[in-house]
Amino acid sequence: MHAFEYQAPTKLADALALLAQHHGAAKPLAGGTDLIDQMRTGRYSPSLIVDIKKLDELNVLAVADSGLRIGAAVPCHRIKSNVQIQQDYAALYDSSQIIGGWQIQSRASLGGNLCNSGPAGDSIPSMMVLGGACVIAGSNGQREIPVEQFCTGPGKNVLQPGELLVEIRFPRPVARTGSHYRRMIPRNEMDIAVVGVAACVTLNESGDQFADAKIGLAAVAPTPLLATKVSEAIVGQPVNDTTMQNAAEVAKSIVKPITDMRGTAEYRSHVTGVLVKRVLQAAVVRAKGEILDYVPGH
Amino acid sequence: MSKKHVVSATINGDEVEFLCEARDTLLDALRNSLGMTGTKEGCSNGNCGACTVIMNGQPVVSCLVLAMEAEGANLETIEGVACGSELNEIQSAFLEGAALQCGICTPGIIMQAKSLLAANPDPSEQEIRFCLSGNLCRCTGYDKIVRAVQAAAAKKRSVAS
Repeated sequence: MHAFEYQAPTKLADALALLAQHHGAAKPLAGGTDLIDQMRTGRYSPSLIVDIKKLDELNVLAVADSGLRIGAAVPCHRIKSNVQIQQDYAALYDSSQIIGGWQIQSRASLGGNLCNSGPAGDSIPSMMVLGGACVIAGSNGQREIPVEQFCTGPGKNVLQPGELLVEIRFPRPVARTGSHYRRMIPRNEMDIAVVGVAACVTLNESGDQFADAKIGLAAVAPTPLLATKVSEAIVGQPVNDTTMQNAAEVAKSIVKPITDMRGTAEYRSHVTGVLVKRVLQAAVVRAKGEILDYVPGH
Repeated sequence: MSKKHVVSATINGDEVEFLCEARDTLLDALRNSLGMTGTKEGCSNGNCGACTVIMNGQPVVSCLVLAMEAEGANLETIEGVACGSELNEIQSAFLEGAALQCGICTPGIIMQAKSLLAANPDPSEQEIRFCLSGNLCRCTGYDKIVRAVQAAAAKKRSVAS
């Protein structure tokens, strides 16, 4: 690896000052599961690494009536083992338990997954469908943007030099809401999604109609995608096979996948349809308060 | 020549200081600065799990940790698993079940299995396989590895009860 300096500030203001002084030549380090490998292969060669794990603001994991706050450096193992997240923000649990293996989950964070901005980032569709908002700090103060506006292209995002993603905030889900994320990979674990789909649905009082629905897609476009057209096809419709099949068809019509070693564009479109339907069915199970019988990879 | 830094950490219960450059990984520091070569280097990019150590109670791949991050950390490596000349239940089970061929993946798998049994004393076969998904065995002796972890779990439970 190239030579660089390392700092581990304990105050957010100090971290921001370090990032600002280096004009984009400094990189924040959370779990390092992408960054350290990218430095080893020479994709990035920052002159300074700013370890952000000692900043209180980036280690927040708080569930309150107002919603959920996840600091940008909170590792997946803390997220997947949080009982309230398993219950009320289940798609985040689903994502956090399949990003890499346990060793990766000990370190990798949702903030890092966002900032790496990979089209196949497994937590990003889940954050989108749960209404996540990114809190970004810079020398001029803080700004907030929806998760679906954060990534701008493969490996690219809205962060300006000197800015730092501090936390992701989620509203508290209303009653009769359920969410789920799953992906298609050729092996059972430890792989990059061929297609990833998240859904968050809210049912009406009688449980037979979709009052709200959000669908997030990964690995089928230059960035993870919030599929608003699919939502439009679902909201107000009855909870049945026809609605979900129609949602699958709409999803297939809006994706723009590429052909690569993981699958052809045609295959990815097909799998998008299959997964949208299955993930909607699973989210409905959870919205009804029932236990979802699902083991990743099986 | 880059600047060297002093890092203080607890490794297998002992307070240790070592020298490293900012660019050194924890794996580099363990093997080169500290001469603790029980932790193996496999892929160097976080896929194979050969370099698994336990850091502050969680298993990590030490090739994707900077040595500087270990400041103040509590680390457990394969060297600390046996108690003197007495092997740990997991090590004994691997030996008795011949759950290794070339052995390069074994230290990492034992550290990962140790993390699993600390969190879940009675894992199902599926849970063991899911837990070990980040540990690759190039010789592909997975069935014996899974059976050894099951045997170690049973032994550990019988000792505990």
